Amino acid sequence: MRPDARSTALASRERLAWLALLALAVLVLPWYRVAPPGGEPLLPSALGHAAAGRGWLWPVVAALPLLALAGARAPGGRGFLALALAGLAALVVQGFAVGLRGPAAGWVGALFPAAAAGQTGLGWGGFTAGVALLGLVAHGLALRGFCRGDRFAASAVVFIVALLTLFVFFPILRLALAAFVGPDGAIAFGPFLSRFLAPEIWRLDCFSGPRRCGVVINSLVLGLLCATLCTALGLALALVVARTPFRFKQTLRALSILPIITPPFVVGVAIVVLFGRTGLVTVWGAELLDIRPTRWVYGLPGILMAQLLAFTPITFLVLLGTVEAINPTLEEASQTLGAGPVRTFRKITWPLLRPGIAAAFLLAFIESLADFGNPIVLGGGYEVLSTKIFFAVVGARYDLGNAATLAMILLTLTLVAFWLQTRWLGRKSYVTVTGRSDAGLAASLPAGLKGAAWAVVAPFIAFTVAVYAIVLIGGFVHDIGRWDLTPTFAHLRTAFAVEIGAEGLRLYGSAWNSMQTTLAVSAIAAPLTTLVGILTAWLVARQDFAGRRSFEFGTMLSFAIPGTVVGVSYVAAFNVPPIDITGTAAILVICFVFRNMPVGMRAGMAALAQIDRSMEEASQTMGAGSARTLRRVVLPLIKPAVFTALVYSFVTAMTAVSAVIFLVSARHNMATAYIMGRVEAGEYALAITYSTVLMIVMILCIALIQLLVGARRLGRRREFQGQALPAE
Amino acid sequence: MRTSKLMSATLAGLLGLTAAAQANELVLYCSVQEEWCRLMAESFQRETGINVLMTRRSSGETYAQLKAEAGQPRGDVWWGGTGDPHLQAAQEGLTLEYRSPMLAELQDWAVQQAETSGFRTVGIYAGALGFGYNSTRVTENPPACWADLLDPRFDDDVQVANPNSSGTAYTLLATLVQLMGEDAAFDYLVKLDANVSQYTQSGGAPIRNAATGETAIGIVFMHDAVAQAVQGAPIVPVAPCEGTGYEIGSMSIIAGGPNPDSAKRFYDWALTPAAQALGAQANSFQVPSNKGTPVPPESPALDQIRLIDYDFATYGSSATRTRLLARWDAEIGSRR
Repeated sequence: MRPDARSTALASRERLAWLALLALAVLVLPWYRVAPPGGEPLLPSALGHAAAGRGWLWPVVAALPLLALAGARAPGGRGFLALALAGLAALVVQGFAVGLRGPAAGWVGALFPAAAAGQTGLGWGGFTAGVALLGLVAHGLALRGFCRGDRFAASAVVFIVALLTLFVFFPILRLALAAFVGPDGAIAFGPFLSRFLAPEIWRLDCFSGPRRCGVVINSLVLGLLCATLCTALGLALALVVARTPFRFKQTLRALSILPIITPPFVVGVAIVVLFGRTGLVTVWGAELLDIRPTRWVYGLPGILMAQLLAFTPITFLVLLGTVEAINPTLEEASQTLGAGPVRTFRKITWPLLRPGIAAAFLLAFIESLADFGNPIVLGGGYEVLSTKIFFAVVGARYDLGNAATLAMILLTLTLVAFWLQTRWLGRKSYVTVTGRSDAGLAASLPAGLKGAAWAVVAPFIAFTVAVYAIVLIGGFVHDIGRWDLTPTFAHLRTAFAVEIGAEGLRLYGSAWNSMQTTLAVSAIAAPLTTLVGILTAWLVARQDFAGRRSFEFGTMLSFAIPGTVVGVSYVAAFNVPPIDITGTAAILVICFVFRNMPVGMRAGMAALAQIDRSMEEASQTMGAGSARTLRRVVLPLIKPAVFTALVYSFVTAMTAVSAVIFLVSARHNMATAYIMGRVEAGEYALAITYSTVLMIVMILCIALIQLLVGARRLGRRREFQGQALPAE
Repeated sequence: MRTSKLMSATLAGLLGLTAAAQANELVLYCSVQEEWCRLMAESFQRETGINVLMTRRSSGETYAQLKAEAGQPRGDVWWGGTGDPHLQAAQEGLTLEYRSPMLAELQDWAVQQAETSGFRTVGIYAGALGFGYNSTRVTENPPACWADLLDPRFDDDVQVANPNSSGTAYTLLATLVQLMGEDAAFDYLVKLDANVSQYTQSGGAPIRNAATGETAIGIVFMHDAVAQAVQGAPIVPVAPCEGTGYEIGSMSIIAGGPNPDSAKRFYDWALTPAAQALGAQANSFQVPSNKGTPVPPESPALDQIRLIDYDFATYGSSATRTRLLARWDAEIGSRR
C-alpha cells in the first residue's frame, strides 16, 4: 500500500512541474522569436498577444487552467489525456493557421482581423509550450497504462516520436508538397507532372549520340557502375586479407578507416592534380602515347575513381565479415570428398558469399546516388541528381519546386534499393557458424582467382597511397596544381593566422569562423545524437509498447534519406513560420542529430542484445526506477556502443556536406562548405591545408572522447562499420 | 522525468544558440576574388573593431540569395561583383537608397551607376571584358578577336562561367548582344559552345584553370587575367579586336539588414582611397572609382581598349536580364 501512495505523490509532483513549465511558456516567455508586425504588446507572451487581438492564441492559453483543473480532479482519466492532446493540437493549428504574410484560409482572417498582419516564427514561449504539452500527454498516457505505466519510458517514447515527426517526417512532407506548387503558388498536379516528365531528367541521348543523358539516367549509370566495381574490388580485398598469407592485414584494415575521416572534396582535388589535363599521370601518359592530353577525367571517369576510393572500404568491411563467417569445415569436407579448389570455390564458397555481395552492392549503389562532394568537383558537365538539386536551390535560378521533384525521385530510388536489400537478405538461411566445432581449415583460393585478386588489389593500394600522398604534401608546398613543390606555410597562415595584440588574442585567418562553428556544432551534436540514439535503442529493445514496430521502422527511415534530400527538405520546411530556424546554428545541430541517431541506435541495440535482462530486472526488483536502472546498470554495460555513437556522430558532423551545404549562412559557416568554396575558386592548396588540419583535429578529438568515455580500443569500432553508413 | 527535463534543457540550449545578432557586427556578402574579400574584411575589422562575417559568392548567386531572403534579410552589405545584378536588385527594391558623403570624390561612371539605380548602388571599380590564354598551351598564332575563339583547334579548350550564376559571363552575353545584335550573338555563342569544355559557377574560375593549363583559354575580365600573369602564371591577357564591354563593379546596402549602422560605416569606408588601394595588394587590378586612389600600373588601361557604349540601364534591368538568361538556357545551357 505504501509504495503505491508514494508513487501517486510523485506523479502529482511531476504533473505540477509540467504545468508550471506550461504556465511559464504561455504567461511569461516571449511567444515569438522576432516580434510580429503590428507592434509588441506590453507582455510579449501568448497571453499578452492573445489579449492584443491575436485571438487564435486563446486555445493554447486556455489549455493551462483546463489541464490544471482536470489534473486535480482525475489525472488518470480519459479527459485529462484528451485535453493535453487538444492543447497540443491547438499549438500546431495556431502555427499553421496564420503565416508570415497573413491568414492561411479566408475564414481565419474573417474571424481574427489581426491575422492580416501575419505572425513570425515561434520563440522561447512557443517551443517551451510544446515541450510542456508533450510532457503532459506522456503523463496522461502513462497513467492510462501506456508502457506498463512507466512514466519515464512513456515520456521518452512521446518525445522521440514528436521529434522524429517534426524533424524527419514533416520536412519530407513539406518537400513533397513543394513539388506540386506551381509558379502561381497554388498546389496542382500539372506543375509536378511537367517537372517530372522534363527531358532533362529522363532523356537517353547519350546512348545514341554526343548529347548528354537525363540526370536520372546519369545517376543510375554512375550508381550501377560504382556498385559493380566497388563490390568486385571489395571482394578481391576481402579474399586477399582472409584467404592468403598477406602480411599487412592490419595496415589494410586501418587504411579502410581513412575515407571516413577524410573531408569531402579533397580526394577529388587530389585526383585532378594526378589525372587532370595537366596532371602528372595524364601528361606522362600523353607523352608516352604521343597524343594531346585531354580532360578525360572530368565526368564519369573522375567521379567513378573518387567514389571507388571512398566506398570500397565499406564493401570491403561488409565482405570481409561475410568471408570470415563462412565455416571452413564445409570447404574442408568438399575437398575431402575429392573436389578441387576451383570446384570448391564455385560450389561452396561462392554461394555462401552471395548475400554479402548483394548487401555490399546495394550499399555502394546507395552511397553513390547520395554522393555530392565528388560529382561537384569532378563532374565537369556530367550532372547527377545531388548536384542538380543543389544548383536548383543555391544557384542563381532558385527553383524549389524543381529541386523538390528531383529530391523525391532520389528518395524513391534510395528507398527501393533499401527495400531490395532487406528483402534479399531475409529470404534464405546462410547460417554456417554454429555451436559445433569449426576447426577445419579454410580452402586456399584457386590459383587463377588469387592472381586476379592481386592484380586488382595492388593498383588500388598504389592509387590510394598516391592520392593521400598528394593530400599530405599539398597543403605545405607552394602550388601543388602546377607541381611547384617549394615548401611553405603560407596556406596555413591564410587559413589560421592569429595575432596577439593590445585587445588580446585575435583570429585573422579566414578559416577560423567556420572552424569554430564546426567544432561547436559537432561537439553539441555528438552527445545529443548519442543520447537520442541510445535511448531509442533501449526503448525498442527493452520496452513493450503499442506501435513499437512502426516506431523502429520510422527511425530507420530517417537513415535512408540521402543528405541532399534532408537539406532541401529543411529549407522547404523551416524557412517560414511557425518554425523559422534557417540561418541558425540550431538547425545544423538538429540536422546532424536526426541524420546520425540511427547509427547510435543500431550500435545500442547490438550491445543490448548481448546483455541479459536479469540484471536490469534485479535492479528494478530492488526498487530502482527505469530511469535509474538505465543510468546505473545499462549504460555502463554498453559503453562501447556509447563510444561508437559518439565518435561516429562527431566525425560525421565534421565531414558531412550534402545536407549542411543548404543550411550554412554567413554567421554559421561549416568547414566543409568553406572548403567547397575554395575548391570551386581553384584554391586547391588552401582546401587541402584545411582538410589536413581537420583530419588532425578529428583524430585528437577521437582520442579525447576515448579518454572521457574510458572505453575499449579503437579496433572495436569495426562492429559498426560493417553496418550501413547513412547515405551521405 | 530526468530525461524529459534534460530534453527541455537541451531544447532551451538550442534556442539560446539562435539568439539574435550581437552588436558590432557586419554581415558582408562579397562577390570579388576571395583574396580581396578577405583583405577587405580583415582591414575593416582592424580599423573599426567591428566583427565582419563574410561570405563570398558569385554576383548572380548573391542576387538569388537576396531574393530568397527578402522576407528576412540576413546580410548587411553586398560589396563587389558586376553592376547588372546590383541594378536588378535595386530595381526590385532589395537594396537601400543611400547617398554617401563620399560620392563627390568618385569618377563620373561610378556616380552615373548610382544615378541609374536611384542611389541604391554605387560604382566601386571598373574593368574591361576580354580573355586570357595560356602561352605554353597556345604557342603560335595566338587568338586576338572574339571570332578567333571559334577556331576548331580550341576544341574542348575554352572555358567561361555560366551566365546564370556569374556576372562576368552575363557581361559577355550582354556585350555580344550589343556588339553583334541578339540573333547573331546567340549564333556565335552556339558555335562557341562547341569549343567550351565547361561552364563554371564562378566568373574567375576559367582563368585559374587556364593558369594551371586545365584549359587553354578562359573568358574573363582582363584584370583577372592580369592578376594571374602578375603571380607568375603563363597567361597573356587579350582585349578582343572587335571591341568589348566592361563592368562597373558595384556595392549596395541590403534593405532591412540586421546591422544598418555598421553597413553605412563600411559603405563610406569602402569608397575611401585607402580602402580601394587594398585591391592591388590582393592582386586585383580593377580601375578604382575614387579619383584619389592611385590606379595600379598593372591595370589594363581602359582608354587603350576598344570599349562599346555599354547600356547599363537596359542590360541591368530585370526584364532584359531574365529574357536573355532564359534564351541562353534554352539554346545553350539545356542542350549540353
